[in-house]
Order: sequence, then structure tokens, then C-alpha cells
Amino acid sequence: MYSYLIRRVVMLVPVFLAVSLVIFLILHFIPGDPIDNLLKVGSSPEARAQMEARYGLDQPLPVQYGIWLSKVMQGDLGTAIVARRPVSDLILQALPHSLRLGGFALLFSSVVGVGLGVLAALNRDKWPDKAIMGGVLLGSTMPSFWLGLILMLIFSVWLGWFPVSGARSASALVLPVLTIGLGGTALVARITRIAMIEASGRDFVTLLHAKGLSPLRIQLRHVLRHALIPVVTILALRIGWILGGAVTVEVVFARPGLGTLLIKSLSQHDYPVVQACLLMLAMAVMLGTLLGDILQAAMDPRVRAALA
Amino acid sequence: MSALLDLQNVSVAIGSAHLLDGVSLRLERGQTLGLVGESGSGKSLTAMAAMGLLPLIGGRVSAGTVRFDGQDLASLTDAQRRALRGRRIGFVTQNPMTALDPVQRIGAQIDVVSRLHLGLTKHAARARTLDLLTQLRIPEAAAVAEAWPHQLSGGMKQRIVIAMALAGDPELIVADEPTTALDVTVQAQIIQILAGLVREKGVALLLITHDMGVVAQICDRVAVLYAGRLAEEGPVAPIFAAPQHPYTAALINCIPQEGMARGTLRGIPGAVPSARQYPSGCRFHPRCVKATAECATHIPPLTQRGDGQAACLHLPEIAP
Amino acid sequence: MTLPAPIRALRRPAGALAGLWLILVILAAIAAPLLTPYAYDIQELKSAWQPPSASHWLGTDEFGRDLLTRLMYGARTSLSVSSIAITISVLCGMTLGAAAAWFGGWFDRAVTTIVDLTWSFPEILIALILVAIIGPGTTGTMVAISVAYLAQFTRLTRAQIMTLKGETFIEAAASLGAGNGHILFRHLLPNALAPVLVSAMLATGDAIILEATLGFFGLGAQPPVPSWGGMMSAGSALVFKAPWIIIFPGLAVAITVVAINLYGDALIAELDIRARMRRAV
Ligand SMILES: Nc1ncnc2c1ncn2[C@@H]1O[C@H](COP(=O)(O)OP(=O)(O)OP(=O)(O)O)[C@@H](O)[C@H]1O
Ligand code: SF4
Ligand SMILES: [Mg+2]
Repeated sequence: MYSYLIRRVVMLVPVFLAVSLVIFLILHFIPGDPIDNLLKVGSSPEARAQMEARYGLDQPLPVQYGIWLSKVMQGDLGTAIVARRPVSDLILQALPHSLRLGGFALLFSSVVGVGLGVLAALNRDKWPDKAIMGGVLLGSTMPSFWLGLILMLIFSVWLGWFPVSGARSASALVLPVLTIGLGGTALVARITRIAMIEASGRDFVTLLHAKGLSPLRIQLRHVLRHALIPVVTILALRIGWILGGAVTVEVVFARPGLGTLLIKSLSQHDYPVVQACLLMLAMAVMLGTLLGDILQAAMDPRVRAALA
Repeated sequence: MSALLDLQNVSVAIGSAHLLDGVSLRLERGQTLGLVGESGSGKSLTAMAAMGLLPLIGGRVSAGTVRFDGQDLASLTDAQRRALRGRRIGFVTQNPMTALDPVQRIGAQIDVVSRLHLGLTKHAARARTLDLLTQLRIPEAAAVAEAWPHQLSGGMKQRIVIAMALAGDPELIVADEPTTALDVTVQAQIIQILAGLVREKGVALLLITHDMGVVAQICDRVAVLYAGRLAEEGPVAPIFAAPQHPYTAALINCIPQEGMARGTLRGIPGAVPSARQYPSGCRFHPRCVKATAECATHIPPLTQRGDGQAACLHLPEIAP
Repeated sequence: MTLPAPIRALRRPAGALAGLWLILVILAAIAAPLLTPYAYDIQELKSAWQPPSASHWLGTDEFGRDLLTRLMYGARTSLSVSSIAITISVLCGMTLGAAAAWFGGWFDRAVTTIVDLTWSFPEILIALILVAIIGPGTTGTMVAISVAYLAQFTRLTRAQIMTLKGETFIEAAASLGAGNGHILFRHLLPNALAPVLVSAMLATGDAIILEATLGFFGLGAQPPVPSWGGMMSAGSALVFKAPWIIIFPGLAVAITVVAINLYGDALIAELDIRARMRRAV
């Protein structure tokens, strides 16, 4: 198991290199010379050369990548052009907000999503199933920024239950979590339902019935247990996807966080910050896949055996 | 005294498909009834009907009654039927490879039966489980109880399934082709184990099989199904000596010899008809060597023959 | 005579309702200049911020422009941008997926790795970055959307062809001496087509949402050209003052996407390809 873990982490290294290369190159794909973006209009050629040397931009591209990467590995993400502060400071400020939002949203969508999926599967093709699946369809077709605005309109403006924006109080977290969570809930409910229905058709379920166990116990203790394996795997793969939802929702609710930082830096052409934000999101995605594999091994002895 | 298991004129349908048509069977306590027939003849459906498990595959008993120890299963509540399953009726499935829950340890899967039905404590249930495993000659019972299903061989898994069937101390074991998925050497062991249970514990056994050889070896009575209908039913010895129904005769003629592919019935020309398009009249007539024009239009009634019955329009003359 | 599946899908209740809405929206988009009494771009500040009324059924926006008019013109932008983007994406994805499945080896592995990697990134992030590179506007949005969904169609096509490759009728064609190209273009791709086209249709729904989100960030079609997302780009500021400016464009997006999904479901049922659709996810 431990050797598997180590192997799995080692396998992430080339993926990380590839992702970081893409992120690094993005800066060079941006139209215009990055230095033009950095320099004030009308700077002298000397200032330009100095700036190029400072950012190592006079070096060939592979060397630049190497330097950048080694700095990143040491936690040096460069200096923000607009804020004139270390990028790592900005990231460290934003990260806890995004983690809290993403974490609660993930929790919400897994608990509610699995619950709804189970309810739908238990009542397959009857009205609760149809109602839940209808709601799920609705939840996945509303643009999340719009859902956020509508929730804000109803609960903050009309009812006054929650603050409109910001992150000063815990109650400010409710609407953003709901907004992201509803989309995730739809995804989880749909997978759970299909996985439950597929698992109930498996051979061993017949024998459980032949042992005289009650149908509800069979569904909840055995079928659900199996259905959760694909649910957890897909959920882990989709962590990045849920965090992506956080980007728009943070902007809508004017919450500090990686999403707001990313959008702001994109519009200000503050590329070191953009790179850092992308790097963080990429790490989240990679950790998600890792977590998915680990959970799968934890939940399924056959997977553990195949790995040993 | 009423039979332990008694099916009277049972018809089974799934949706609009009528799959079993008026099947009658009787199984006395401590006896072994062999149920044979080619693939698709309705053996598994008969077993599911006897267990009251048809709803699981979307089926229902559309006519006739299934009685266990005199009680009509249809008159029981769901909970009462559940109390029979696992407690008084044990079930052994066809494919042990997929019969066990792959993410639960072996011991727990057996324990649950005696905890649920006999009200044993966790400890007592485990002791009983280990005792059963030892009786089934499973070496290192304690280690096996802690194992995961994927760690065991097919034959071992089938013993586990049998242990599960025995855990509630049943009066009847329904075994649906318990050896089809196993190696030839293991097949014999499993059959011996089942025969031993009947001998030593006095349970009744409904044994579904493809193998007429096994029927001859361990069954008291045999029932032959063809295309959802009963062809012949009666005590084993007279039927093997003088089969009344042409289909039974054909089955006996092709008892697999050493070296033949396992689980197959060879030698009856023609294919089993599918449930969607059963032939008219006697469903066996397209393949029957004794068929006449009458057979294509008349459904043969079940006729009493000795201690058994057969459904054929051209039964041999009874010896005077 | 059996009608083609897209028509048969309309005979199911949900399919009919969804089809009706989609036809309505498409007609409104095409005939917008004929149907609307107002211009979509002329600002008339004295009639700004009007709630829905008899003269402005859906109210007016912050510049006094009629919301219904802009919604109908917005349908033009949103529908055309998303469907063109998805078409490009499907064509590229099918080529890439078919090539990967067909050639196998390192090429397949490279494509699969890249595709799996991009697949686990949210489409909105990919699109945001691409728009930043290309620059905001209709073209940028289209390219961004096509790239964002490329992974999905590559995966789907590849999976379809991989399963079809093993099926007997393909092996039979090969054993009859059919050439590689013949098998690929005559047998494999046509059979892979139905699931890919249906999921392209479903993805058009997602693309409408993505387009709206880019528009909301001010990165989509640039003013004064209306798009559903762009109409909401003033965001939370409007929620207090004139909620209808936010409510109606969002409803248009949501109802249209629901309709696309319902119609797609009906189509999947008619074509009987549910199992094949699921296998590829
Ligand atoms: N769930 C189902 N839906 C529709 N038809 C079914 C279903 N299960 C079984 N059948 C049909 O019922 C008939 C009898 O099936 P059954 O499983 O009882 O056969 P069997 O005698 O047990 O065959 P085998 O030796 O292959 O196990 C077959 O024609 C089969 O196609
Ligand atoms: S009724 Fe006719 S066809 Fe059927 S078994 Fe008897 S002889 Fe054969
Ligand atoms: Mg069977």
C-alpha cells in the first residue's frame, strides 16, 4: 500500500512538469512582449534591458523555464506586477478563502447529492425519482453566476437573511456554497443513481435477498457501498471542476479568493499572478486524482490486491 | 402429511412473456429432487418461484400456488417470506465467483445469517460460522473467515456459499447448478458435500443441474423441464430404467461421458426454442423422434405413470 | 414507413415541449429584425430602468433599451457562437479521436494523456485563459469554447471506435479484404456518429452556459452587440435596482439548456443509444 502511494506520487511528477510547462508557456503566448506588459510606456531601452535581465528574459526559453521552475519549487512565485508584492503573499491570502468555499461546497454536494441519488434509485421510475431527476436537470442547466445572483436577490435583497457579498462572516459563506454546491449536487446525484441501479443488478445482490436480508438494508449497506466506489472516484476527478465553479461564484459574491484573484490579474495582465493561480488549481486537480485513487483502494479490497 | 415444497400448476411471467406454464413439483422432507432441462427451460425461474424471489427480476407467479410446509407463499407478507429465506430455505447459486459481496469479509457474510435468523450474538455467530466452515472441510477456517472473496478459489467460494445456506439451519436447500462454473474435480466434491448434508442433517435438496449422471447418483426423484413445461416427473430408478417421455429418453442417452465439455448436454439435435416463439402443440415436437402431425396441434396433458407423471401424446403402452 | 429519429423524438411529450421552445427561440433569433419594434443598440436614457410593462414586455435596461429586443438579438449571438464553436470542436475531436483509436501506439497514448489531463480541468478555466490569449470578443469566445470541449469529443469518438473495432461486423469487413480507409470511413465513423452527434447537441447546451459566463465577465461579444451573458455583465449591481435585467436573460439560458437536454434525452431514447452514451463518460 505504501509502495503504491509512493509510486502514485512519483507518477505525478511528469504530469506536474507537463502542466507547469503549459502554464509557463501561456505567458509567452500572450500577444505582445511580456516586458511591454511590465514596462511603463516610454521607458528607455536600458530600462528594458535591465528589466529583461531581471526577469531572466534574455535567456533562451528552456533556460527560462528551468529557472522559473526551480524558483517555483522553492516557493518563489515571483513578484506581482500591479500589487508589487510577492505573488506567494497574494496566493496565501486568497487560498484559505477558496479552500473553505470549495471544501464546504464539496461536502454539501457529496452529502446532498448522494442522498438524492439514493432516494431516486430506491424509487426508480416512480414520482420521487422523476422529481429529483427533474430538479437535478434544472440545477445543472442554470449558469452558476446567474444562480448566485438569483439566490442573492431572493435571500439577501428580498429576505435579508444573508449578507450580499464579502467574506466577513460565516453566514456570508452560505449562498456561495449553495450556488456551487447545487451544480455539484446535480452531478453527484446523477452518478449515484446510475451506480446504485447498476449495482442492484449485480449477482451477489440476489444472494443477499436469498439470505433474507431486508431490501432497505441490502440497498443501504451493500448496494450503496458499491455505488460509492465510482461516485468517489468521479468526485475526486471533478474536484478541479468544482473549484472552477468557485471562480465565477467568488466574483459574483465579491469574495476574496483564487478566482477573484485570477480574474482580476487576467484583466490587469498581471501574468506572474495568473501563472501562480493556475498552478494552484492544477495542483488541486492532481491532488484530486491522487485522492480518488487512494480512496478507491481504501474502499475496494480487489483494487488493493491488484496494487500489492 | 404435506410435502415440504409443493408447486401446483405454477405459471411464471415476466412482463408480457409467459415463461413457465403449469409446473407442478413435490419435494418431501429429507429427500432430493433433481430438476433438469436444457438451458432456458425455466429451471432458475422455478427456483426463484420456490424462494419467492421472482419480484427481484421483475417476475411474478401468474397462476398456481407455491407452498412451503403447507403455507401458500402468496398469502404471506414480505417480512414473513424474508423470515423463510435464509432461515428455513437456503440458496446456493450457480456462479460462486460473483455470488459473494466483493467488499465484505467472508466471515461477516456468513455471520449475518445466524445473527439475523437465529438471534445469535456477534460472538456466537462467528463460532457457528467457524464450526460450519470446519464441517465443510475448509482448512484454516479462522483465516478464511477473515479473507476477502477475491482471495479464494471458485470451489472454496462455493463452499462459503453453502456455509451461508446452512447458517440458518434450513430444512430445504435450493441449489441452482451449483457446479456448472467449477472445475471437474471440484464439481464432484461439491456434489458430495450436498449429498452429505441430506444424509447427515436431513435437509431436503432441490438440485438444479444439467447433469443426468449426478441425478442418477444422488437424487430420489427427478423433474424434467422442457421449454417452460414439465415433461416428466417421478422417482429416479424407474425413469432411468424406462423413461416415459421421449425428451427424458434423449437426455439419458446423452449423459456426458468422461472428457466431454462440462455442463453441456450433447446429442439432442435442434435448438431449444426461445420463450418468444414456443412451437404450438407439444413444444418438443420439432425435435422429437416420435412426433406425429397430432403433436403440432395438441398440447399433451400430464398423465399419471406409476409413481410419477409425464406429458406426451404417445406414451409407451404400460406393460400388463 | 418510419420517421427519422429527430422527428420521432418530437412525439414524446417532453421532446415535443422542448422542441417547441427550441424552434421558437431559433425563429425569434432569425426573425429578430422583423419582430422587434425597437432597436437593440439605440440608447434612450429617459426610458432607462423600466420594469416590465405593456410597451416594454420585459422592461428596459440601464440604457433604456428594450430587453425583449435585446434578448432576441442576444439569441442570435449566443446560439450561433455556441453551435459554431461546438461544430468546430466536434470536427477536430472526431479527427483526433479517430486517429488516436486507429493508429494506437504512442500517438494514442499521447492524445489520451493530454485529453485526460485537460478533461479534469473545468471548461470555464480553459476558456478564460484562451480568451485572455486571443482577446475578448466573438472569435475569442468561439475558439475558447471549441478548445474547452475538444477533450470530450476526442474521448467519446475514441471510445466508440475502440468498442466498434472489436465487433464482428468490422472484423468481417476486414476479413473480406476491405482496406483500412474503407473500414474507417465507411464502417467505423458512421457507426460512431450517432452518439457523438447527440452529445454534441447536449454540449451545445453547456456551451451556451459557457458563452453566457464569458459574457458575464465582459469577455464575450463586445457592446453594443447583445448576448445573453453580456446582458447580465453588470452583475450584482443590477440585482438591487432592476432585477429583471438579470432574471430574463438567465431564464432564457436555463430554459433553452433544459430544452436541449430534454430533446436530447428523447433523441437518445429514440435512437436507443443510452448504453453507448454512458460507456464513454
Ligand atoms: N429477467 C428476464 N426477463 C425476460 N426473460 C427472462 C428473464 N430471465 C429469464 N428469462 C427467460 O426465461 C426462460 C427461462 O430462464 P431460466 O433462467 O429459468 O432458464 P434455465 O433453465 O435456468 O437455464 P440455464 O441452464 O441457462 O440456467 C429463458 O428463455 C430466459 O430467456
Ligand atoms: S407429444 Fe409428440 S412431440 Fe411431444 S414428446 Fe410426445 S411424441 Fe414427442
Ligand atoms: Mg439457470
